[in-house]
Amino acid sequence: MADDKDVLRDVWFGRIPACFMLYPDEVTEREAEPFYLLLPRISYLTLVTDKVKKHFLKVLKAEDVEEMWFEYEGTPLKWHYPIGVLFDLHASNTALPWSITVHFKHFPDRDLLRCSSSVVIEAHFMSTVKEADAFKHKSQVINDMQKKDHKQLWMGLQNDKFDQFWAINRKLMEYPTEEGGFRYIPFRIYQTLSDRPFIQKPFRPVSSEGHAHTLGDLLKEMCPAAVCQDDDPKKYQVVIHGIEPLFETPIQWLSEHLSYPDNFLHICIIPAPND
Amino acid sequence: MPSTLLWAVDVYGRAYRLSTAGQQWEHCRDAHLEFKRVTAALQCCWSIACDHNIYLCVHGSEVPIRFREETYENQRWNPVDGFSDRLLPSDRWQWSDVTGLQHQPLDSFQPPSENWEWEADWYVDENFGGEPTEKGGWTYAIDFPATYTKDKKWNSCVRRRRWLRYRRYKSQDTWAKIPLEQTGSLPDPFNDISCGGWEITEEPRGRISLWAVSLQGRVWFRDGIVHFNPEGSVWEEVPTPGEVVQISCGPADLLWGVLWEGQFLVREGITRDCPKGTTWVVVESPSPEVGAIHVAVGVNVVWAVTKDHKVWFRRGVNSHNPCGSGWIGMVGEMLMINVGLNDQVWGISCEDRAVHFRQGVTVSELSGKAWKAVSVPRDSERSHSSASASSLQSAGCFFGGEVRLQSQTSDLSDVDSETEKAAAERVLPSSDADEAPKKRIPKVTSDSFISELVSDREGQIGQRTLTQATSIPEEECAEGDTEGKDKAATNVLHSSSQSGSPDPQWSNVDLEEAQTHLTVGTGGDPAADTCSLSSVVTYNLGTEEPYGSDDHPLWAWVSGGGCYIDSHSQLPWFNSTGLASSMQAMSLSITPAQTAAWRKQIFEQLSERSKREMENFRHYEQAIEQSVWVKKGSMQWWRDWKPHKWLDVQFALEQFSGSEGNKDGILFIYYTFNDEKKYLHAFINEVTILVPVLNNTKHTFAIYTPERTKQRWPIRLAAATELEMYDWLALLSLSCCDSRGIQSPPSKQAIWSVTCKGDIFVSEPTPGLEASPYPTPCDQMFWCQVGGHLRIVECNSLGVVWGIGYDHTAWVHTGGYGGGFFQGLASSTDNIYTQTDVKTVYIYENQRWNPVTGYTNKGLPTDRYMWSDASGLKECTKSNTKPPSPHWSWVSDWAIDYGVSGGTDREGWQYAADFPASYHGHKTLKDFVRRRRWARKCKLTTTGPWQEVPPIPLSDVTILPCGPKTTMEQVPLWAISSKGDVLCRLGVSSLTPAGTSWLHVGTDQPFKSVSIGGVYQVWAVARDGSTFYRGAVSSQNPAGDCWYHIPSPAAQKLKQVSVGRTSVYAVDENGNLWYRHGVTPSYPQGSLWEHISNNVRKVSVGPLDQVWIIADKVQGSHSLSCGTVCRRLGVQPLEPKGQSWDYGIGGGWDHITVRGNALEAPRILMPSLTDSGNSRVMPHGLQPPEMNGNTVGH
Repeated sequence: MADDKDVLRDVWFGRIPACFMLYPDEVTEREAEPFYLLLPRISYLTLVTDKVKKHFLKVLKAEDVEEMWFEYEGTPLKWHYPIGVLFDLHASNTALPWSITVHFKHFPDRDLLRCSSSVVIEAHFMSTVKEADAFKHKSQVINDMQKKDHKQLWMGLQNDKFDQFWAINRKLMEYPTEEGGFRYIPFRIYQTLSDRPFIQKPFRPVSSEGHAHTLGDLLKEMCPAAVCQDDDPKKYQVVIHGIEPLFETPIQWLSEHLSYPDNFLHICIIPAPND
Repeated sequence: MPSTLLWAVDVYGRAYRLSTAGQQWEHCRDAHLEFKRVTAALQCCWSIACDHNIYLCVHGSEVPIRFREETYENQRWNPVDGFSDRLLPSDRWQWSDVTGLQHQPLDSFQPPSENWEWEADWYVDENFGGEPTEKGGWTYAIDFPATYTKDKKWNSCVRRRRWLRYRRYKSQDTWAKIPLEQTGSLPDPFNDISCGGWEITEEPRGRISLWAVSLQGRVWFRDGIVHFNPEGSVWEEVPTPGEVVQISCGPADLLWGVLWEGQFLVREGITRDCPKGTTWVVVESPSPEVGAIHVAVGVNVVWAVTKDHKVWFRRGVNSHNPCGSGWIGMVGEMLMINVGLNDQVWGISCEDRAVHFRQGVTVSELSGKAWKAVSVPRDSERSHSSASASSLQSAGCFFGGEVRLQSQTSDLSDVDSETEKAAAERVLPSSDADEAPKKRIPKVTSDSFISELVSDREGQIGQRTLTQATSIPEEECAEGDTEGKDKAATNVLHSSSQSGSPDPQWSNVDLEEAQTHLTVGTGGDPAADTCSLSSVVTYNLGTEEPYGSDDHPLWAWVSGGGCYIDSHSQLPWFNSTGLASSMQAMSLSITPAQTAAWRKQIFEQLSERSKREMENFRHYEQAIEQSVWVKKGSMQWWRDWKPHKWLDVQFALEQFSGSEGNKDGILFIYYTFNDEKKYLHAFINEVTILVPVLNNTKHTFAIYTPERTKQRWPIRLAAATELEMYDWLALLSLSCCDSRGIQSPPSKQAIWSVTCKGDIFVSEPTPGLEASPYPTPCDQMFWCQVGGHLRIVECNSLGVVWGIGYDHTAWVHTGGYGGGFFQGLASSTDNIYTQTDVKTVYIYENQRWNPVTGYTNKGLPTDRYMWSDASGLKECTKSNTKPPSPHWSWVSDWAIDYGVSGGTDREGWQYAADFPASYHGHKTLKDFVRRRRWARKCKLTTTGPWQEVPPIPLSDVTILPCGPKTTMEQVPLWAISSKGDVLCRLGVSSLTPAGTSWLHVGTDQPFKSVSIGGVYQVWAVARDGSTFYRGAVSSQNPAGDCWYHIPSPAAQKLKQVSVGRTSVYAVDENGNLWYRHGVTPSYPQGSLWEHISNNVRKVSVGPLDQVWIIADKVQGSHSLSCGTVCRRLGVQPLEPKGQSWDYGIGGGWDHITVRGNALEAPRILMPSLTDSGNSRVMPHGLQPPEMNGNTVGH
C-alpha cells in the first residue's frame, strides 16, 4: 500500500533532464559543447546551474560575460518560478531532454528579474514561504519559528536534503483537525496564454457547508475555462509536478502533498495536445 | 472510546437512543411499551413505562452475565456405611452453604426472576484450590468445620464436595420488567427514577444506585444492583422531610431531589459503605418566588430548572460540599436537564422540545458555553413522513387506551394486537374524512408541571373505560365519554386528597385535561385506585397547535448517563449535512479515501512521470552534489565511568548519503575531561535501539549498540526540553531506519515487545535470527519504536497484531507505523489514531500503634515514611506524588483502595505486627502497625497505529501461530477478559484483524492467561493457578468442547502459558520456567512439567518452537538489567528445551512476542565455515522475506 509520504518523496526527487546549449550568437573561442544536467523540479534555475555557468565560461571570453540567463524556444525563463513550473508550462509534451538556451548577453530586464547571487534566491524563497503561511495560518507558524528553522528550510532546498527540509516544513503543513484544513490554500495558477503572470486568491479548503473543496472547485472558481464540459473535447491540461490530478482530488490534500517547497501549489494550465 | 448511547423519550412515549457515532435516533422497537422516564448508565437503561412498572434494558454483551450458585454436600464416615449422608445430630445439614449454617438442598435454588435461565444442570466441582481432585470432587477433614484437603487420610472423618450450577441473565437488549413481587410492597406507582453512583466504588463490579420517587412523593432506593444482579434485589424506602417530585443521582456521590414546594433536597453522607447516604439538607430555590421543578446532577455539577423554565447552575458543588455555594442563572429556557458522564449536559428546550447539548463543558469550565440543538433524524423518519398521518394515528390510539402488561400476559395475545388494529382502523376513517387530518398527539408529560405545554379540548379524546374484570382493554379510543371522564376526575380528586397535600397544579392537569391514562391494575391492587394520578396523559392536539404542524421530534425526556463525551470528541449530531459530519467523514473514511480514484491516479502518474523523465537519463549529472549534513545540539551525558554524573556535552549527528542514495551517519558526543577535549562516537548503522526514558526531572533517552547491550550500559543522554528530546529521537530514529533501509510498516514476521513504561518496539527478524546452530545474536536486533501505549502485544505470522492497554482496552494494529512523537516522515499518515490509557498510582499510608493515642501517624524513628511507596523506602505523600511522566495527567482524586490482597477493614487498613510484614485485613492483639493503600488514576493520550476493539476489556490475548505461507480464512484468536472470562474471537483474518464478535467460552472460574499453539492446542491458566487444556478445538469448532485440568508443577502456581508449534512452556508465580513433557498429537495434554530455568518473568514460544523470555535479572559487564529479552539457544526439533540463553535488549522490558516470526533459517550445511558474525549476510538465492507486500532485503 503506497503511503502519502511517498508522494512527498516523489515530488522532492522529481528530476528533469535538461540539455543546456549556448546561444549561437554568443562569441566563443572554441565550439561550446552542450551540457547535460538533471534538474530538480522543485528548485530554481539559478540555484542549480553553477555547473552550467562553469562549463560555458571555459569557452567564453571574460569580457563577453554578463549575467547568465535562460530561454526556451524564444521565451525567457523566469528563474523565480520553480523549475518544474517552467517545464510544465512551456515544455511539457515535448521530447526530452529539455533544450534550454543559455545567454550571457542582452539580459531581458523587461521579462526577467536579475539574480546576482543565491542570497536573492533565498530572499525570494523565504518571502514566498511566508506569503504561503499568511494564507495558511495567518503567518503564525512561520513567525513562531526560529531563524535557524528558516535557515534549515532554505538549506534543505539548497542542498537537496529532503529530511532536513521536511523536519521543519511539516510544521507548516499542520492545521487544527477540527477545521479540516488550512485557513486558505496558497496556490498559483499559471496559464501560457494569459497576460497575467498567475492567478492567486484566497480559497478555503472546506466549503461553508462543510464539504471538502476539490481541485475542480478551485478551477471552476478561478479559471472556469480549464474545466471542460463532459462532451467537449479536452482543451486544457491541468498540470502539477508533471501530472494531471483528477478534478475530484481534495484541494487540501493537494496543498499538503503537491506543494512546492515554497509551500505554494503551483498549477499550470496548458493547451491540450491535439493528437 | 467505543460509541456510547444517549437515551430519550419523545412525547409519544417512544424510547429512542442516539449513538455518539450515529447520525440518527434509533427507535427501540422491541418493546410495544411507552415510557415516561428513562435513566441510563453505560451498561443498561432503566425506565418507567406507562404501566408504571419499572423496566430494565441491559445492553447485550458477548460475555453473558452469569451467576454461580453453589452448595456443599457434606458426609460423615461411619464404620458401617463408610462415608454416607448419615450425619451426627450436631452436624451441619447434609446440603449446606460453605459455612454449614444454611440448609441448601439443590432444589431450593430458583432463578430470581423470569429474566434468568439455568445454563446447565448441577455438577460437582473437581478443582480444589487449583489442584485437580479425585473423581467426585470430595475434600476431606477431621471434623466440621476444619481444614479440608484433597487427600483422604486415616483420620478423615468427614468429607464434603461442592456442587455448582450457573444461571444466566437472558433478557439482554430488551426491556425486562422488574418482577412485580419485588415491587408489590409499594403503595403507589413510580413517578421518577434516576440511576448513578457507579463511581462511588469499583467493588463490587457494576454497582449502581437506583433512586425512585413515587407519585406520593416518597423516595425509594433499589438495593443490591451489581453486575451479577442487574435487577437489584429490594426497594427500600428512604424517609424524606417533604414530598419529592423528582430526583437526580450523579455518577458519584451527589444526589439531589426537588420538593413539591419548590426547594431542593440534598443527600449527604453517601459513601462506599453507605450508598444510601445519611441525611437530607434543604437548599432553597434559586429565585424566592419561583420554585424549582427539576434538578440534574453530575459528578461535580448541579443544574436546575425553575417553574418559569429558567436554567440555573450551582456553584461550588463537589463531593465534600454536595450543597454547593450559590446559583448562577444560565441562558436558555428548558423543560428538563440531564447531566451525563463527564458532567456533560443535555436539555429539552422549552421552545421547540428539541434535545440540546451543552457545548464546551470541560473540567475547567463546567458550566459550558452554549446550547446546541441535536439535529439528527429519527430512523423512522423517512417512512414516517409518507405515512405520517396514519402512524401518528395509530401511535395515538395505541397509546390512548392501552398499555400492554407483560406482567399479566407475558406473551402478547392475539387479542391485543387485534384490538389495537381494529382500534386504529376505527380511527382512521374519521380522520381521512377530514381533509387536513387532525393530529392526535398524545403526550407523555414528564410531570404535571409541564402540563401547560399542550392543552386542547377539541377533537377526539382517547378514553378507555376501566374494567376491573379483565386486564385486557376492551375498548379503545372511544369518543369522549363524560362518564369516564368524571370517573377519572373523581379518582384524581380522591387520591389527591388521599395524598394529603392537594396541590392545585397536580390535580389541574388531570382534571382539566381529563384524558387520563389508566393503568390496568390487577384486581384489588391498590395501585388501581391511584393510577389515574399518573402523569402520563393523553392529549389531543388541534391543527392550530404549533407542535402538531411541526415535523421535528418532540422530546419529553433525555438521559445521558450512558453517554460518554469528552472535550475532544467530535459529535456527528449537529447539522447532519454540516461541517461536523463531513469532517467526520473525512477523518474516518480512511479506507475509501485510500482507494479513491484521485489518489490512485496521483500515485500512478507520479511513478509514470519519474519513469518518463528520469529512466533514460540516469547517466546525467545531478545538479546538486550530495554533501554531509551535520546537526548539532547541547545535551547532558551520563558519564560512563565513576563517579557517574551528568556532564554537559555537545552532541552531533553527521549524516551522509552513500552512492546508492542510502544514508548513513555517525553520532558524536564531545566532552571535556581534565581540560582535555575528547569525544565518543557511535555509528548510526550500529545503533540497535533508542529508548525514551522520560521522568519528571529529566528528559533522557538511551542509545544501545550490540556492545552497549552486552555491557548493560547504554549511552544515556538528556535534552534540555521534552520537545528537543523528541526532535532528536525522531531524527535519530529516522537516520537509523534509513541506514538500515527500513521505511515501511512492520512486517508480518515482526517481533514485538513492550517496556515497563508501555512503549512499544518492533524488530524485523533476519532469516538468520533462528538459524541453527549459529543464530544472529539477539543483541544485534534492531528495534524501532511504534507509537502508542500498551501493556501486552501479541501477533502471528499472518499480520494480525493485538495489544492490550494498562486500562485493559483491546487494540488492534492498523498496519501503520509511527505515531506518538514520530511526526512527519517517520510516521504513516493514514492509519494513526488517538490512543488513551489509564493507570493507577498507589501510595501507602503507614501508622504505628502506641498505648496512649492508639494508631497515629507518629512512627518510630526507625520506621518507614508515614506516607510511602509499597517498599516504604521512598516518601510518597498525596501532594508530592506526581504522575509517572509529564505525559500523564491525573483524572481522579486520591481514594482509599480496598482491593488489596490480604483484605482490608472498613477504612481500608491492613494490619501487621511490624513493617514490613504480611498484612491482614482485621486487627488482632499482636498488631502494632497498619497501612492502607491510596490509589489515584492518571491518563495518557497519545497516537499510534492502533484502533480500539470495543467493548470488552481484556487481560490477555493469543493468536494462533502459523507458518509463513499459511493462508487462513479465520484466524483463531483467544483472549481473557479483564473479569477473567475466556473468549474466542470470530471473524479474524489478515484483512479484518479486529474480527467481528466474541464467543464466550464457559469456565468455572476466572482465568488470567491463555495461549493457542499449533493445531489449535489451547492452554489456559486460571487465577487460582490451575492449568487447563481445551479439548477438541478446531477450525470447525473454534471454541472447543471441554476443559481438562492439568496438575501444576509441585507446590507452584502457574501464571502464564505459551504454546508454540508443539512446545508448551509456562511460567509460575515464583519466576520458574517449565516445559511440558510428553505432549504428543494423541496426548496433547502431556505428562509432566520439567523445570528449565528460574528468573523468568514471561515466555513467548513461536511458530518454530523458538523460546523467548523476559528474564528478571541479567548481569552485564558494567551493570545489571531487570526485564531483559532473552532467547533460548540450541532449540531444535528433537531438542525443544534448548541449552542456554542468549541475552538481548533490556532492562525495563515487560513483554515480548515472537509468534509472528515463522522465518525458517536457511539450512547451513557447513556450519564450521559460517561464524555467527557473518550470519547476518543473507545467503545467495534466498528469497527476501515478504513485508506486507514489499520485499525487504538486508
